[in-house]
Amino acid sequence: MKETIYRSHVLVCTGTGCVSSGSKNIKMALEDELAAKDLSDEIKIVETGCHGFCEKGPIMIVYPEGVFYCQVESEDVAEIVEEHLLKGRIVDRLLFKEPFTEENIPSYSDIDFYKKQKRIVLANCGRIDPEDINEYIALGGYEAVGKALTKMTPQEVIDEVKKAGLRGRGGGGFPTGLKWQFARNSDSEKKYVICNADEGDPGAFMDRSLLEGDPHRVIEGMMTAAYAIGADEGYVYVRAEYPLAIRRLEKAIKQAEEYGLLGEDIFGSGFNFKLHIKKGAGAFVCGEETALMASIEGKRGMPRPRPPYPAVSGLWGKPTNINNVETLGNIPYIIKEGSEAFSSIGTEGSKGTKVFALTGKINNTGLVEVPMGTTLREVIFDIGGGLQEGKKYKAVQTGGPSGGCIPEEYLDLPIDYDSLLEVGAMMGSGGMVVMDEGTCMVDVARFFLNFTQSESCGKCTPCREGTKRMLEILNRICEGEGEEGDIELLEDLGQHIKDTALCGLGQTAPNPVLSTIHYFRNEYEAHIYENKCPAGVCKELAAAYVIDESSCVGCGQCVKVCPVDAISGKPKETYVIDAETCISCGACADRCPVDAISQG
Amino acid sequence: MKSLKELKELRNKVQKEMEMRDQSTKPEIIVGMGTCGIAAGARDILKAILEEVDRRNIDLRVTQTGCIGMCEKEPLIDVKMPGKKRITYGNLSTDDVKKIIAEHVINGNIVKDLVIAKHED
Repeated sequence: MKETIYRSHVLVCTGTGCVSSGSKNIKMALEDELAAKDLSDEIKIVETGCHGFCEKGPIMIVYPEGVFYCQVESEDVAEIVEEHLLKGRIVDRLLFKEPFTEENIPSYSDIDFYKKQKRIVLANCGRIDPEDINEYIALGGYEAVGKALTKMTPQEVIDEVKKAGLRGRGGGGFPTGLKWQFARNSDSEKKYVICNADEGDPGAFMDRSLLEGDPHRVIEGMMTAAYAIGADEGYVYVRAEYPLAIRRLEKAIKQAEEYGLLGEDIFGSGFNFKLHIKKGAGAFVCGEETALMASIEGKRGMPRPRPPYPAVSGLWGKPTNINNVETLGNIPYIIKEGSEAFSSIGTEGSKGTKVFALTGKINNTGLVEVPMGTTLREVIFDIGGGLQEGKKYKAVQTGGPSGGCIPEEYLDLPIDYDSLLEVGAMMGSGGMVVMDEGTCMVDVARFFLNFTQSESCGKCTPCREGTKRMLEILNRICEGEGEEGDIELLEDLGQHIKDTALCGLGQTAPNPVLSTIHYFRNEYEAHIYENKCPAGVCKELAAAYVIDESSCVGCGQCVKVCPVDAISGKPKETYVIDAETCISCGACADRCPVDAISQG
Repeated sequence: MKSLKELKELRNKVQKEMEMRDQSTKPEIIVGMGTCGIAAGARDILKAILEEVDRRNIDLRVTQTGCIGMCEKEPLIDVKMPGKKRITYGNLSTDDVKKIIAEHVINGNIVKDLVIAKHED
């Protein structure tokens, strides 16, 4: 059989972000169009994982030129085929435009969003077809674990990971090599490795994207970990809300088994490894390692006190090593390129890169990977493209519901585990929610606490009762019923919960509240003492809107959008808002063509 | 997978196709695929180039471009060797293509009787 020689590869992103913006239809349109033009045997369509630039999705890349098309619609496909694939003319209007220069950028590697990133974990994401093991192998896949199995002892593997300085990417930042050492030192016939893919922070999607875009990398990392600690069986614990990640992982495991990369006597080394997927039902607390293991065992997902640590007594009482998806994604690079290559990237205490999910009021929503030590300003403004609608930066929330808000004064802070802790936030798994001046920090604290409160498993009192009480106080403050002493009570309660809760979820739940009180205490005070929400978010506290008589042109557009009929007047005359009826929703101010409406 | 050697052999086999997505500098052949080019047989030229590149196992990028105005001389191709000027060949047949690849791309000698232009690219 002669293999088809393709003259061009068209990569269509089918990560969850691009699928939701319509990339499946684009792929189908492309297939039809290529068939109609009789090009099907010349041009190969490749479905890839997430490119990270979700804001501009659906994304399409045409090789060999490497032309990057963004926000492609099905209607554009015919033009791309006719112009680019047939006649070799780049379709300028679909190229990425740099927001400041308005310049068309044809090539992937020249876009600011990508230029400032360093991709180790995400190196293959968006570049290969995650459903084809051959593409992973073509880029050197499985060579790292092959090297480990045939040329290194388990202890040498652990030493290499220790020397690299890799720390856990799931949030805590515990040294990975040390964790492996503990599991290795535990004497047992049977051991397990677990990949924690129970990503649950609001706004975080790093692990999902890696599993969807490069599942073999995670499998290879797990195999290496299993070899190092002496395990022969592993579980990927992934939430059932990630159907695409699960499907691709299942496919990847099957392909690896067919190639004998999973199974028995791998690479003739005598090492056996069997891998299972365990679907979680989506409880946030199951990301906590002891709760996660309980869930795999079929029990209710609740944490238990440590010690014993999983490395001593884990899954079914056997020594178990648990690593996060991204942590495992770093392993093949470390083994293949060596610990020095890895530790040359990053800061003194935090080596390598970190993947962040950029969300919130930012221009380039998406997935980015930067060296540790990159500043928040670089990530938010250079890569993220700054804030939407040119608004002013207020804070960034890192570490999800366990983390804190970082205000403007720390924008030049180099990001690593220790620096974030110093300012009262934490690395967490890598969610970054950017907030602008229109965000109420009390409301943000309430949002995160509401999340942890409803996800609290109820086993220990500090978390079950404490977060509930804190939430009640925050609700009161947001509704204008705040009292003197509320702020101090929140601080006191928060500190107690941190000190006494059973697991990481409870111990970190007060962080969003404590950090917003620390940096934005004046906003809390304004709510309580002045009955005012400075950002105009808390409805009960927001002042009514007023129309400036001298600017009003009498167009009447405000009347049409007012949901409570609070605006009266005649066309071509000045309109008036009834302060009693106004609910301060701001719809009129958004609509007003001459900016005559503001909050009084 | 019984040995590391087996993995490397598989990699060599599957790697070739991925080279297309490598954006580093390598020789490039650009085929004129405007309406004029296609009418004059550029599709056959393109296929012949791809077959030849595959047969000889050369590391080369093949891309297309639109009409550059010399419709009279179609089918046209440009050969761009790294660090060298871009050479345009015209009035080509599929046999010419094989000759150009052998002489110019592999041996580095421009096929003078087929050249019609030199670009300052």
